[in-house]
Amino acid sequence: MSRLVHLARRRTILGISLALLLVAAVLVSAVVGQFSVSASEVVGSLLQAIGIPNSWAPDDPTAEAALWVIRFPRIVMAMAVGAALAVAGAVMQAIFGNPLAEPGVVGVSSGAALGAALAIVTGLLAYGEWTIAVLAFAGGLAATLLVYGVSRANGRTEVVTLLLTGIAVNAFGGAGLAFLLFMAGTASREQIVFWQLGSLSGSLWREALLVLVVAAIGTVIAVALGRRYDILALGERNARHLGIDVERLRFWSIVLVALLTGAAVAFVGIIAFVGLVIPHLMRMIIGPSHRALLISSAFGGALLIVVADLLSRTLVPGAELPIGLLTSLIGGPFFFILLWRQRRASGGWA
Amino acid sequence: MTGIRAEQVSVDLGGRLVVHDVDLEVPTGELLALVGPNGAGKSTLLAAISGERQPSSGRVLIGERATHEYASLELARMRSMLTQDNAVSFPFLVSDVVEMGRSPWARTPDRERDAEAISQATTRTDITHLLERRFTELSGGEKARVSLARVLAQDTPIVLLDEPTAALDLRHQEDVLRIARELAAEGRTVVVVLHDLSLAGAYADRVALLEDGRMRALGTPVEVLTEQLVSEVYAVDVEVLVRDGRPLIIPKRPGIPGH
Repeated sequence: MSRLVHLARRRTILGISLALLLVAAVLVSAVVGQFSVSASEVVGSLLQAIGIPNSWAPDDPTAEAALWVIRFPRIVMAMAVGAALAVAGAVMQAIFGNPLAEPGVVGVSSGAALGAALAIVTGLLAYGEWTIAVLAFAGGLAATLLVYGVSRANGRTEVVTLLLTGIAVNAFGGAGLAFLLFMAGTASREQIVFWQLGSLSGSLWREALLVLVVAAIGTVIAVALGRRYDILALGERNARHLGIDVERLRFWSIVLVALLTGAAVAFVGIIAFVGLVIPHLMRMIIGPSHRALLISSAFGGALLIVVADLLSRTLVPGAELPIGLLTSLIGGPFFFILLWRQRRASGGWA
Repeated sequence: MTGIRAEQVSVDLGGRLVVHDVDLEVPTGELLALVGPNGAGKSTLLAAISGERQPSSGRVLIGERATHEYASLELARMRSMLTQDNAVSFPFLVSDVVEMGRSPWARTPDRERDAEAISQATTRTDITHLLERRFTELSGGEKARVSLARVLAQDTPIVLLDEPTAALDLRHQEDVLRIARELAAEGRTVVVVLHDLSLAGAYADRVALLEDGRMRALGTPVEVLTEQLVSEVYAVDVEVLVRDGRPLIIPKRPGIPGH
């Protein structure tokens, strides 16, 4: 049973490493910025917030404000968005039976962005700021159902069909966005461009907490379904013979993916490839069993976006790179390698 | 233990009657071989028996109840089925795949039999040396045996096998049919779809011969697998030798070029 013991050890090491790296990334992210705050001040301020008085906390109210008004909500948002997208990706791969399925690639994100843009341009925003989130969810759900309906054959999704469907859905979403851009006034136009590139700047506490709640609930639900996702890997028929209600599992999983992606996209725009890269890396380290995979993907996704956001606001001095640009820069080549390996394994574009 | 009864079962696939008015009763402890030419409706009939596909008319009884009266999890504790689809989407270990066969018994007292059922299944199918390999790295025949082990681990009174010997070498073909016989001897009901008529003749208690979705003949191997019937249904001349009361079916091969 050496391989099993090996796997268990890998799981422990991965868990500890992810936790340590995440704490480190959060600290660095809180320290680095235009207004300089020291690491001990960050720790002090956090301790004070949970009711432990200490001498490390910053005396300067500006430092306190920089942390609590600007940096902390942004970090929480980064973690929540990363976790939501990575879990959405892993769930999608499970129900499509294909490691290349990802919200950004197959067009769920652009469906959600289209929904969000619609809310901005049509002035529905006047009915409350949550209309963005609701429409983003609706757009994401519609796109997922469309991809799901079109690209499945005999209970599995072939790579080519999946990618072609993704192209079609992304093209339609892009056209819709372009049309809305054309229709929109200058202010709305800027907001929409922001959606297409993705950015965490200006995250507010209430938005960050909403995404955090959705990400946490979504992860718990996905983990609870984890055993069923494992069995689904045997194929739809075999899963059914093992007593899984495949249709119901698929439907609710799609709603879950749309909810996670919609919540993330509604506030920070399209950040692609997180759902592809993270679950794949985790699978390489700890194997494909979904319960461990989903939990580690949530933390891995959180880590990735915190780091990517840190890079996006520090790489170019005095300016901020769109975070979606960074993740696509890493995710694009990664996706290509995956595609190439899968093609080699199956001996063609199956 | 439990038997199967199909009553006047017809299955309609996209407007075509693939299975037509089939009556079939398989009692407990019997090994029935389902044979017939390609497209005769064997797999479809098996899918109807398993409850996976509802017949367009007629019904299938498992024990006392019709298949549609079972919840899917209940059914999974009554019958297991080996399909021809052996692919696994992610690189699970062989031991994980076999363990998935136990999933219908989670949260029941029977889960205590997990370890025993798994070790019995892996020993029977000769895959204990593969347990720590990744399923996706196995050869076709190894995959087929692991899938069979998963089905055996499910440990149900009814076992349905759709072409279990398709990718196997001679020894493992014999092994699979020997296992099927043992399952029947334990009091289970076993239905196997086979293409190799001699194999069916050697191991089955009874043989059901399907032709164009209809039951053409049903009886002991020597009754069903006769020269005249097989030649007619398969549209190829065969010779049948009966040895130890079991038929051996040999196609007549006149004028093979080069002989």
